[in-house]
Amino acid sequence: MGHAHESNTKRIWMVFGLLSLVTIVEVYLGIEKPHSLYMTNLLSMNLLNWIFIILTVVKAYYIMWAFMHLEGEKSNLRWSIVGPLVFLILYLVFILLVEGNYVFDVFKTSHYKWIF
Amino acid sequence: MGATVTTTATNGKTWEGGNEPMGASYGKMMMWFFIVSDALTFSGFLAAYGFSRFKFIETWPIADEVFTHFPFLHGVEAPMYYVALMTFILIFSSVTMVLAVDAGHKLQKTKVAVYMLLTVVGGLIFLGSQAWEWKNFIQGSHGAIETKGGSILQFVNKSGERVALADFAAHLPKDRVQKEANLGIWFEGGETLPTYSVEEVVEGFKANPDILIRSEYLTKDKKKTVLSREESLERLKEAKMVVEGANLKHNEYGHKLFANFFFFITGFHGFHVFSGVVINILIFFNVILGTYEKRRSYEMVEKVGLYWHFVDLVWVFVFTFFYLV
Repeated sequence: MGHAHESNTKRIWMVFGLLSLVTIVEVYLGIEKPHSLYMTNLLSMNLLNWIFIILTVVKAYYIMWAFMHLEGEKSNLRWSIVGPLVFLILYLVFILLVEGNYVFDVFKTSHYKWIF
Repeated sequence: MGATVTTTATNGKTWEGGNEPMGASYGKMMMWFFIVSDALTFSGFLAAYGFSRFKFIETWPIADEVFTHFPFLHGVEAPMYYVALMTFILIFSSVTMVLAVDAGHKLQKTKVAVYMLLTVVGGLIFLGSQAWEWKNFIQGSHGAIETKGGSILQFVNKSGERVALADFAAHLPKDRVQKEANLGIWFEGGETLPTYSVEEVVEGFKANPDILIRSEYLTKDKKKTVLSREESLERLKEAKMVVEGANLKHNEYGHKLFANFFFFITGFHGFHVFSGVVINILIFFNVILGTYEKRRSYEMVEKVGLYWHFVDLVWVFVFTFFYLV
């Protein structure tokens, strides 16, 4: 409990406003699905999905830093939490999505119908 | 006591818990490490969802069309609004939780209790909302036909809107019997009969020239392919069963795996919310009884707070990957 215990009420409400705003933007985009974003691909995923994922990471950052109070913790605790998560999740997602895409290609372009 | 709160008893004793290289008490650090491992579990599930989705990328259901209900708005297509509301409820209960922690730092017992109570209420509302969402998904909205190959054929009118089976299925004089255990000695019961038989749907389809079949395949415009009348009649020959709603084996909205992952991941998350609510209630009573007041430390509130925020954090990802992306 090395950090000072001043009141954070103002910051809490600010973060709540921010999270709500991001969610509203997400829902708006999800319902509208702007054609230019939805149909343009970047690295085999459309721009709209990239925006959603980035906004989600932004939300995750604020929840972890402000609500879970990582911003007030020592940097070695912060790193031992965020480091493994970021590395392992990126690794897992990379492997599984590439593999899923490969299986899709095999089903589509070869005569195999049910081998995986 | 010693394990839950850093007290003066351990201060200054480097080898007996007095030294905190990470600046966090034992309990808080263990909560963090539990959260890390639980986060990896959820990542595994969501990554598996991503794998299956990439594997069946051309036929995956469009979430917007699956979750369109909103309480008291019958028949109104309201995609996303309900989950958005659920997200707000959970974020708001996270806010009341963090306010409780904040009040705990200032040793304001009543305030902590009030905020804890609000957090519990928020959690319960969220659980109820999720139950309602499940109910709608299980019940289904329009009904569909499953083919021998396991594809789903949905019915649409000329303008591409989905048509419910009840709107066109013929009523044939056939006596289908719901098989139950009392009908035979060794028989243990059969599947629940859908409202219409395959024959009734096929007959009704032939009698209504305005209805077309929509297959699972996505077109270039990222919409489901609508077949022509001839193709539709051809596809309908492969009809095997009528599907209404979704369960772990059949799903009227499209790929079965979509329903499987939906039930499993939101169910696992809902179970976390439920545990969180139970733990929050325990802590709430401890606050009222003055346990932490006597300790002069509300660190327990902080620890369950971490868990509660984590549940919110997971929901943010579930929301993105099930409803938005």
